[in-house]
Amino acid sequence: MKTVFCDVAVIGSGPGGLASAIAAKQNGAKELLLIERDREPGGILLQCIHNGFGVEIFKQDLPGPAYAQHFIREAQQAGVSMLLDTMVLEISKDKRIIASSKTNGMLAIQAKAVILAMGCRERTRAQVRLPGSRPAGVYTAGTAQRWVNVEGFMPGKKFVILGSGDIGMIMARRLTFEGAKVERVLEIMPYLSGLMRNYVQCLQDFDIPLQMQHTIKRIIGNERVEAVETVAVDDHWSEIPGSEETIECDTLLLSVGLIPENELSQQVGIQLDPLTAGPFVDNHFQTSVEGFFAAGNVVHVYDLVDWVTSAGLQAGESAARYASGKLCCDEKEIPVRHGQNVHHVIPHFLDINSLKDGEKQLQMRVTKPLEQPVKVQVLDGTELIASRTLPYARPGEMVTIGLKEKHMEQIKNATQLVVQVIEKEGSK
Amino acid sequence: MNRDRKFDVIIIGGGISGCMLARFLSRYELKILLIEKESDIGSVTSAANTAIIHPGYDAIPGSLKAKLNVAANPMWDQLAAELGFAFTRHGDYVVAIGEEELPKLDILMERGKQNGVPGMRIVDEETMRKREPNINPAVSAALWATSGGICDPFGATVAAAENAVANGVILLRKTAFLDFIWQGKHIIGVKTNRGDFSSRWVVNAAGLFSDEVMHLAGIHQEFKITPRKGEYFVLDRNQFAVNNVLFPVPSDISKGIMVTTTVHGNTILGPNAKNINDKDDKENTKEGMNEVFEGAKKLVPEVNPRHTIATFAGLRAAGNAACLTPGVDYQHDFIVEIPEEVEGFINLGGIESPGLTAAPAVAEYAIALMKEAGEIFHEKKDWNPMRPARPQFRHLSHAEREELIKKDARYGRVVCRCENVTEGEIIAEIHSPIPALTYDAIKRRTWLGTGRCQGGFDLPRVTEILARELEIPQTEVSKKNGASTFLLRPTKDTGGEA
Repeated sequence: MKTVFCDVAVIGSGPGGLASAIAAKQNGAKELLLIERDREPGGILLQCIHNGFGVEIFKQDLPGPAYAQHFIREAQQAGVSMLLDTMVLEISKDKRIIASSKTNGMLAIQAKAVILAMGCRERTRAQVRLPGSRPAGVYTAGTAQRWVNVEGFMPGKKFVILGSGDIGMIMARRLTFEGAKVERVLEIMPYLSGLMRNYVQCLQDFDIPLQMQHTIKRIIGNERVEAVETVAVDDHWSEIPGSEETIECDTLLLSVGLIPENELSQQVGIQLDPLTAGPFVDNHFQTSVEGFFAAGNVVHVYDLVDWVTSAGLQAGESAARYASGKLCCDEKEIPVRHGQNVHHVIPHFLDINSLKDGEKQLQMRVTKPLEQPVKVQVLDGTELIASRTLPYARPGEMVTIGLKEKHMEQIKNATQLVVQVIEKEGSK
Repeated sequence: MNRDRKFDVIIIGGGISGCMLARFLSRYELKILLIEKESDIGSVTSAANTAIIHPGYDAIPGSLKAKLNVAANPMWDQLAAELGFAFTRHGDYVVAIGEEELPKLDILMERGKQNGVPGMRIVDEETMRKREPNINPAVSAALWATSGGICDPFGATVAAAENAVANGVILLRKTAFLDFIWQGKHIIGVKTNRGDFSSRWVVNAAGLFSDEVMHLAGIHQEFKITPRKGEYFVLDRNQFAVNNVLFPVPSDISKGIMVTTTVHGNTILGPNAKNINDKDDKENTKEGMNEVFEGAKKLVPEVNPRHTIATFAGLRAAGNAACLTPGVDYQHDFIVEIPEEVEGFINLGGIESPGLTAAPAVAEYAIALMKEAGEIFHEKKDWNPMRPARPQFRHLSHAEREELIKKDARYGRVVCRCENVTEGEIIAEIHSPIPALTYDAIKRRTWLGTGRCQGGFDLPRVTEILARELEIPQTEVSKKNGASTFLLRPTKDTGGEA
């Protein structure tokens, strides 16, 4: 098997992979290989033909492929080499990657640093254990999105969508544009799982009904989906008897969550956080195994692509520094833990000294919605280190708070930081 | 009748029993037709079961079931070697939990001895905990039967059928048996949705529908298949896996909810057992899921529904045939017979579990009955028992992969990212001796789409490959046959109309 050598290898060319490849190149990685399993770079952005990308970074509202193209061009200009239509089969702790492709056959890649940017996959029917028959016509929203936007096929004409994830809501609008009828979107939780702006622009504006605290009780149809039986659930997800309703449809789309895709990370023994299903990372986006970095949705599921790009830039810079021996590994890092109403927080560890180089963002998802002004707080045990007020906090939208150089002195002896999101006093 | 419609033997039903019989008969100078009503062989019970090659300690001593199970078990090593399907023999365990279940192991041991099962022993709780660290700590002992094995049951079915076809058997899929053609009390052929075929022998290997077929032959009006549904749950091997085949102590009607490993390395839980009326009802239910997980937890407390990556349900073709051995009171025996009332008819019925295990012995037994009935068999000079397995990328070494891609670059392109199935493998199955024409047919043959993303990534790519290779529009590509198409029409900007 042929072996090629590089400073940094990036697995995945979605927004996280592209940004980290560019940043690694700009920070001194001479030989850089970007490995992509699809035929073109860009990842899932290529099937996201709706707009809403780049508002934060470019102050421009771009469609997914245009956003991707910006970074593809930048990567090409920076001299990033790409291996397309190439599947990584194995990675090992010594940073040796085994990949296969039609054009290169089996190929070994020996890197000095590896950036994991595999993104996520969608949760499936089996994972939410939907009962009923198993006909054609049950697809994840992302699979349907690929068919409609890339392959040019409509998978059905009458849809029910389970889950109020962003892809599901966006597909509801897209399918309506295509002349299909979206009968209903069902959400098992009492709140939206995607962005409010998608609810307004994709469902409300097209009169597509959204039913909270509802799920699918049974899928009906032997060859093709003929109907679904829906049911209301209480706060404990228990079905409410008598609330069943049968909706005729030929397609059921599932938008029931994303799971960071870390099968390769597990091969190397990288420790995963059960809360995110992604690797534990520090603010350099280095994982528990030295020299392996993680960028984008492989770490945790972001709400906006702009934040994926920023995380990728950070991971790329760190990987380049590691490859050239400039990223020390004995720096003082303190754990960052999730407190009240915070599901998880990224990074898991903060390198205090790195605050000298600039502000570091702590990114989190809340566990339950708070529809009134909230305080995002960072505590050092009991002392308040930083605080920020937001008009509301919703699980579908990421919450961030920055730590700056001025906080260094305060936290230098801390054993951990705790982040919480609480109601602002007197706001009721 | 047209020469192409005249056969020596017609087999109704392309499940494991029919395909194995076709393969065993194919070594003789006989013109054989195998008909299957579904779009693919082995797609009903043979594709949805626990995949166990049973030692034979469960079956009631004196029953035909016991005899054929025990006779068939040792045949599987050679079969797997000749036909190139996945099979491993590491034994199986019946696990007693708590002291009160211990006597049941002795009963099974005694039954096994009577049936002639070799290599059984009792292993103590400590050994059991060592061999299966996840086992319920309340384990008291286990019956270890070293002849137990696991196989790829669909793989065995398709391999047997391919070998039969290579040796001259004609296979017609989407061909449904409608009725017999008679001459006096002699069956001389069958009517199907594809016209009539004549034959000297007709075999009922219709599985779930074997009762309806034998009633049309005018025999055993009292015989009835009651489909017994079993639900299964497949777990992500990265998240949880056991090493062994674990049975609970059995109940009167079922071997119980097992925790077992597949030849693909996944842990599989199930089946429960529910008698139903509808022979097409393969729905998973919430009750079934709860029952299976409760049952599985008894053996391995750590199993968690969160680790599920796939669910399915299978129907056992459970019959009500009385055991013919005098003095044996048993009402669920196999039927393998040439009935006196009808000529030219070989009748297989009630071939439920351990029907997969027993299939090669059922085939040999049926051939012996034909000999007894005066059929003279001439061996083919050029019979080839071998059916080499096609390359499966994920099972190859890097060097083998490299060689394969050099020969055919399409083996370098991975389409299914969870199970590492390549475009080359998909294309090979589409153009194989029994072509895979649907997504499910490819899935069963290659194991593509069975992993944790359940086809989310590969589905659009496979529909594209199927359309290209079969030269049909993508909108005609289906999951299991004509009516189960995936796609409705092209989008507006690619020429479709809403």
